[in-house]
Amino acid sequence: MTDATAPMGADVPKKARKSSLYGTDDRTKKRNAAEKRFQMYGIAAIGIGIFFLVILLVSIVRSGVPAFTQTFIEVPVYLNEEVLDPNGNRDPDDLRRVSTFGYAPLIDQAIFNQVQQTEGLTTTLEDASDMRKMVSASAPAILRDYVLANPDEIGETVDFRILAASRVDGYMKDRVTRESVARDKNIDAAHLDLVDQLVEAGTIKREFNWDFITGADASENRPEQAGIGVAMIGSFFMMLVVLVLSLPIGVAASIYLEEFAPKNRFTDLIEVNISNLAAVPSIVFGILGLAVFIQFAHLPQSAPLVGGLVLTLMTLPTIIISTRASLKAVPPSIRDAALGVGASKMQAVFHHVLPLAAPGILTGTIIGLAQALGETAPLLLIGMVGYIATNYPEGIASGFLDPNSSMPAQIYEWSKRADPAYYERAWGGIIILLLFLMTMNIIAIILRRRFERRW
Amino acid sequence: MPLSLLIAIILIIGVVGYVLGRRRAMASAGGDSRGLHSLPVYYGSNVLLSVLVPAFAFIIIALIVIPLYIDTHVSAMITEADIGEGSSLGLVMAEVRRVAEGLDNAVAMGAISDEMARNAGANASDMAQRLRDAGQVITGEVTGNILAAAQEYRATSKILHVGMIVMALVIALGGFAFGYRRTEKDFRARNVVERVILAILIAAASVAILTTIGIILSLIFNTIEFFRIYPFTEFFFGLNWSPSFSGRGGSSELGFVPLLWGTLYISFIALSVAVPIGLFAAVYLSEYASPRVRSVAKPALEVLAGIPTIVYGLFALLTIGPMLTTVFGRDGLGWMGGASSVMTAGLVMGIMLIPFVSSLSDDIINAVPQAMRDGSLGLGATKSETIKQVILPAALPGIVGAILLAASRAIGETMIVVMGAGAAARLSLNPFEAMTTVTAKIVSQLTGDSDFSSPEALVAFALGMSLFVITLGMNILALHIVQKYREQYD
Repeated sequence: MTDATAPMGADVPKKARKSSLYGTDDRTKKRNAAEKRFQMYGIAAIGIGIFFLVILLVSIVRSGVPAFTQTFIEVPVYLNEEVLDPNGNRDPDDLRRVSTFGYAPLIDQAIFNQVQQTEGLTTTLEDASDMRKMVSASAPAILRDYVLANPDEIGETVDFRILAASRVDGYMKDRVTRESVARDKNIDAAHLDLVDQLVEAGTIKREFNWDFITGADASENRPEQAGIGVAMIGSFFMMLVVLVLSLPIGVAASIYLEEFAPKNRFTDLIEVNISNLAAVPSIVFGILGLAVFIQFAHLPQSAPLVGGLVLTLMTLPTIIISTRASLKAVPPSIRDAALGVGASKMQAVFHHVLPLAAPGILTGTIIGLAQALGETAPLLLIGMVGYIATNYPEGIASGFLDPNSSMPAQIYEWSKRADPAYYERAWGGIIILLLFLMTMNIIAIILRRRFERRW
Repeated sequence: MPLSLLIAIILIIGVVGYVLGRRRAMASAGGDSRGLHSLPVYYGSNVLLSVLVPAFAFIIIALIVIPLYIDTHVSAMITEADIGEGSSLGLVMAEVRRVAEGLDNAVAMGAISDEMARNAGANASDMAQRLRDAGQVITGEVTGNILAAAQEYRATSKILHVGMIVMALVIALGGFAFGYRRTEKDFRARNVVERVILAILIAAASVAILTTIGIILSLIFNTIEFFRIYPFTEFFFGLNWSPSFSGRGGSSELGFVPLLWGTLYISFIALSVAVPIGLFAAVYLSEYASPRVRSVAKPALEVLAGIPTIVYGLFALLTIGPMLTTVFGRDGLGWMGGASSVMTAGLVMGIMLIPFVSSLSDDIINAVPQAMRDGSLGLGATKSETIKQVILPAALPGIVGAILLAASRAIGETMIVVMGAGAAARLSLNPFEAMTTVTAKIVSQLTGDSDFSSPEALVAFALGMSLFVITLGMNILALHIVQKYREQYD
């Protein structure tokens, strides 16, 4: 069947006479070249695969790392009593009456003072209100919260770390260039000159951005304030639901199918269902969640509980398949021994087989959870996007039932927004998501290495 | 009483039952467990289970049935006149629920008194204003009938919830009495407990069936609803996809063909990237690679499979798309309009599928018996000749199965096409044009909309149905091929 035996014609012996046994004839050379080429294809294929992996990881790290630093302007802010507390009685209700519009000029003035005091600074910006474009629109709100929490500091000068505007931040990270600024009405070239000088003076700094990890999402035009913390909580509550539901149900189902199920039509039906559900596109689970949990059962939209339920149904097949594999790996001699000393079948399974299969079950569960954590499509349908997750849930019940986002849904949401500053956040969010997935997978691998027995 | 408290009380009854049941069994055997039929644990568990199982089963059923009953009961109060132009019964009922919830919250906040909330003669607009003042979200116009319906809604749901709680507690206590009274030394507690546990295991295994039924029902009902308002033939044979959300009915063209075309085109590109690369990688890894290379390269490729699709989506949107535009876009060859195109999505999806194809084919190639290799090599064939002429033909059915599975993955993939393929439905051959797919349209027709009465929203279910049928068919075919092949060599 191979080429070597195919042409048994007259030319083969002729050639053989010409060449020595030690030399290689043309045909062999050709075959060997084909062999080399074939091997090269294989190496190339693996090379391409790994090349893509490297590109993917490099672009994630390169675009995502800047999200973890943020530009701040450090200036002393004079908390003017006349503005903030005109009655002078520090009454919280009176203080609350001053809106962020009252705070914004204080910040402008503080930066302007700093600019004037810094020696050797030249700028064409003559007015305190010109400073506003350098400051995040959310800075006054942050200052207001600080003052409401510390009313005694009114009238004093406090060193404050003010969040810079996203354009300034982008300039520090080379995202915003002078060419792009020329067409941008949110900031002028004069501001960038000033930023350069303030950086030199040490007033503007890039620091590690904890708020990105712990903070909440922000509105469309305040990318500098947006964080993934609240979405992380949403994901956490969803994973809690998935774990609590899919582990017991999955293990119970696997025990039945692997240990007790008689071979009949009912169990065949279950088997077929499980293997098909494992391959159903995830978006279909989203449709199921929308129709059953929201349309039919009127559960709240965007709630982590519903997201968790949908993801549970989606991960169940994965968990069942891996649990069955690890139950199958426990040798029958264990069951026989237990039955031999008088245990019932149930006792043999629960007292002996299940504990021995536990590491494998745990590994499968963690991998299933990791899959669920990264899943986005079904969450889009049950409304976990488009919602601005601004508040932390107030308790456990509200964590499950109040609208929230999840990490992947939040990343998707950011990727849709117009401001390129949000792309950086999306990549940063992906780094966090991948760190979680990596940790989970490493735990699974360690568990498997340490506890899994080979019989 | 909140649900969590009810569950806690039932659990406490169960635990008390466990302790008492065990004690009673021991007492009946004179304190010597050898006199019992089963281990003492089983007598306790028997009481525990006879408390928990019926009570929880009742609660679950009640939680499903009560809202259904209330809905049908209250929606009977809504007349045609309440359903305004462009509205539907579903929307009005949502408003009724919101008002009822608003009344509850307002009473809880102390903004209005309970009598006021129940007052049947209350002025609707005045009440709506009060609710808005209390910070409740009331969107629509509250008519007298809606307010009455909301009050009725509140009243019935309150009665039924109290009823459910009382019934659940009665059932729990009844179960306790039943289990406790049966407990004595000759009672076959282990057999009973094990039978109940087996039933629970079977119930857990049936969740898979329930899920499938749920999927099929939720797709079928809404699809039928869709075909009632939109012609069957125009959906399946329509060449245009242009839904309109502003004008209701008539003006929308919802043709399936362009979406199917986009889906198949993108999947085709993805497979033409993934299949050669994945197949060659699998062949190299299983036939040529040294164990050391294999131990590095195989996990490295499989990392690609563990990355969530949202990451690939962002990769398509922000890395591959712009990269392709610099080459094929306006500044380059001028074939590409924007960053999102069939090529962008197809390429990235191909990368995602490489490990899928390679690890499946790897398994299949490894399953080819060693004797076949040895025979071919013994006849003087080179390794590549052996692979091409012996191993691959032997593994072909399995590889076809693997490719089919990959194809069904590609067709069902959502995030990459949502982010990378574009939004416009087109019937075009140019791979650098933006097209859209079935999954992307399901997402865009259903996000942010809770009203499922317009054809523009319902079409998503018809699309989902088609998607489900196509992928299911491919999966069954693929599994069938793979299984048939495996039987040959086992």
